[in-house]
Amino acid sequence: MPTMTYLEAISDALRTEMHRDESVFILGEDVAGFGGAFRITKGFVEDFGKRRVINTPISETAIIGAAIGAALNGMRPVVEMQFMDFVTNGFNQLANVAATTAYRWGIPVPMLVRGPAGGGVGGGPFHSRNSEAWFAHTPGIKVVCPSSAADAKGLTTAAIRDNNPVVMFEHKGLYRKIREDVPEGEYMVPLGEARTVRSGNDASVITYGSMVFTAREAAEKLAQEEGADIEIIDIRTLVPFDEEAVLASVRKTGRALVAHEATLTGGFAGEIAARLADKCFEFLDAPIRRVAAFDSPTPFAPTLERAVLPSVDVVTKALRELLEY
Amino acid sequence: MHNSVQTTIMSSSQQTTATSQDIENSIDSRAETDIVPPIEAGAHLDDDDRRRVFDFMLQTREFDLAMLRLYRQGRAFGGVYSQMGNEATAVATAYALQEQDVLFPMHRDIGAHFVRGQSLHALMLNHLARKGSMMRGTDGTGHYADPDKRIYGNISHLGAMIPVAAGFLMASRLKGEDCVAMTYIGDGGSQIGDFHEAMNLAAVQNLPLIVIIENNQYAYSTPNSESFACERLSDRALGYGCHGVTVDGTNPEAVYDACFEAIRNARGGGGPALIETVSMRMRGHAEHDDFSYVPREVIEYWGRRDPVDRYEKLVLERKIMTADEIAARRKEISSQMNAVIDEVVELPFPDAEEGFKNIFMD
Ligand SMILES: Cc1ncc(C[n+]2csc(CCOP(=O)(O)OP(=O)(O)O)c2C)c(N)n1
Ligand SMILES: [Mg+2]
Repeated sequence: MPTMTYLEAISDALRTEMHRDESVFILGEDVAGFGGAFRITKGFVEDFGKRRVINTPISETAIIGAAIGAALNGMRPVVEMQFMDFVTNGFNQLANVAATTAYRWGIPVPMLVRGPAGGGVGGGPFHSRNSEAWFAHTPGIKVVCPSSAADAKGLTTAAIRDNNPVVMFEHKGLYRKIREDVPEGEYMVPLGEARTVRSGNDASVITYGSMVFTAREAAEKLAQEEGADIEIIDIRTLVPFDEEAVLASVRKTGRALVAHEATLTGGFAGEIAARLADKCFEFLDAPIRRVAAFDSPTPFAPTLERAVLPSVDVVTKALRELLEY
Repeated sequence: MHNSVQTTIMSSSQQTTATSQDIENSIDSRAETDIVPPIEAGAHLDDDDRRRVFDFMLQTREFDLAMLRLYRQGRAFGGVYSQMGNEATAVATAYALQEQDVLFPMHRDIGAHFVRGQSLHALMLNHLARKGSMMRGTDGTGHYADPDKRIYGNISHLGAMIPVAAGFLMASRLKGEDCVAMTYIGDGGSQIGDFHEAMNLAAVQNLPLIVIIENNQYAYSTPNSESFACERLSDRALGYGCHGVTVDGTNPEAVYDACFEAIRNARGGGGPALIETVSMRMRGHAEHDDFSYVPREVIEYWGRRDPVDRYEKLVLERKIMTADEIAARRKEISSQMNAVIDEVVELPFPDAEEGFKNIFMD
């Protein structure tokens, strides 16, 4: 099996799908020639031509709207947001046009809007957002947050083949940080199937995206220092949500920590915690804990950013308290 | 609105001269001296077309009157947006499309739905939110899509469908299909960012997108003077590098000719077009609105320019129909419409469980 970075895995999935299916095409800012701000589509225009790899003006509304129109007309467009922060400029198209089309018209809108999200890289308030909860709160949109290179490939493939609008938050901090075995050729990870990252019996961490790594570090540390046996569940997709996998884990361990890099209030961790409280209250040995970013914009200076984003130490401390409860 | 200078909004083959401001300034409140220029036959419609265009306009007018009656009887749902004043524009624009072309209409374009062959029954099911309607009761009015008739309705958010129409054409191009898209926006809606982004994208991509700006003087209660400061809305075409023209929106001959030429140009690879049709919204924004903010003489001025009345004169003059035939046809449409309404109002509402279905496609 070849090894790939998270970024290469996404690129590989896009390329594979474009070879496989003529209806897949890419549009976004600087995607042709230059290959996009992170070079995910580098070389694509040479292979697939200008009609299938389309440089657009800086017009997120028009880009996302055009993708919806193309999807209505039988294509499977993939839209790159230069940074996921800029999806706000196309939010109306996603939240009001794309999200309601299946419900109102019964016509599929197969499209993927993807791009770099997340903090920890000094991006400041406008290049660091984790805004997945907005979309999870919008019925009609699927929300994907890959955390491994293999998942990045498999989920990208599944998102392209899905008959619904999908928004994928790629963590830019993971782009070149991880290099892993990634299956060659067509590879699909179905949307809505959580992954057990680490098995354990003492407590469950329910998480996704970059926090999978943070949680893993904390779990290893607690295993070494205190012999704690922590389970980590990566939900992979917020919508659809693999409730069964999450409930099964917490029923087994009796303790739950829900973690994400996004800010706390109104975040998806609240939704998960509510479902756990609803559906496995009698299995719980401790109150459900949440770890998330402080409720602020993501600050620029490294000292400030480190302070507001959830760290290994914060997760470790929360887990320790959870275990000691 | 005091002097009697005549506005001349010429057909697209000529230079256009009138602006909204000119019209405002030139409105003659005195019926005796306000001379309404007769509609002259244009370049591209023949008398057979005229008969059909006029008939679609009659259908549109009768539909409007029927919806008004339903509203007054308390049997209508949601907003009832009058088509009055826009019949020539809605009909003659869509009439210029070919069968394979695609229509993205707005809330005052019921006439365009008729041109595309939409049935009154289907429209009424939607408007009255009955079981069996195209959208299962999830949404109403003209918001539906009917891919077989190449109609993709609007959402409420103004301007949102313009980029969607552009993307539809990008797909047509990838598939090698000959397709022109026509969509609509108001004097108010054309101030939104979606409009600008989509026009620019369509121009850069050289897409055959025809955008009709229905300049009916008001956006809800907001007059044009508080919506934009340019002379003509079609002047924006210059900024996008595309074709642009302003025509009299109460004159189907002028509207058709402008669309015919813009479509021919776009289909031949000449890129998108902005066509501003100048008319008046003859009623409130919707029927709840008494539009008392519109000066009475403005309504009267435009009342003398009623699109249906104006076109009827040409139809009579060219002996396409006699006055008796027109009266009979009006009656026939009206009774067909009433029959459909009587049938549809008796139908049940959709089953409640429809509300829980189809959030996602398989
Ligand atoms: C984005 C957005 N903002 C506000 C509204 C509410 N609204 C509906 S129609 C309308 C006025 C539209 O005026 P115009 O575009 O001139 O079209 P007209 O109704 O005059 O034909 C407004 C403000 C809306 N539908 N969408
Ligand atoms: Mg208006």
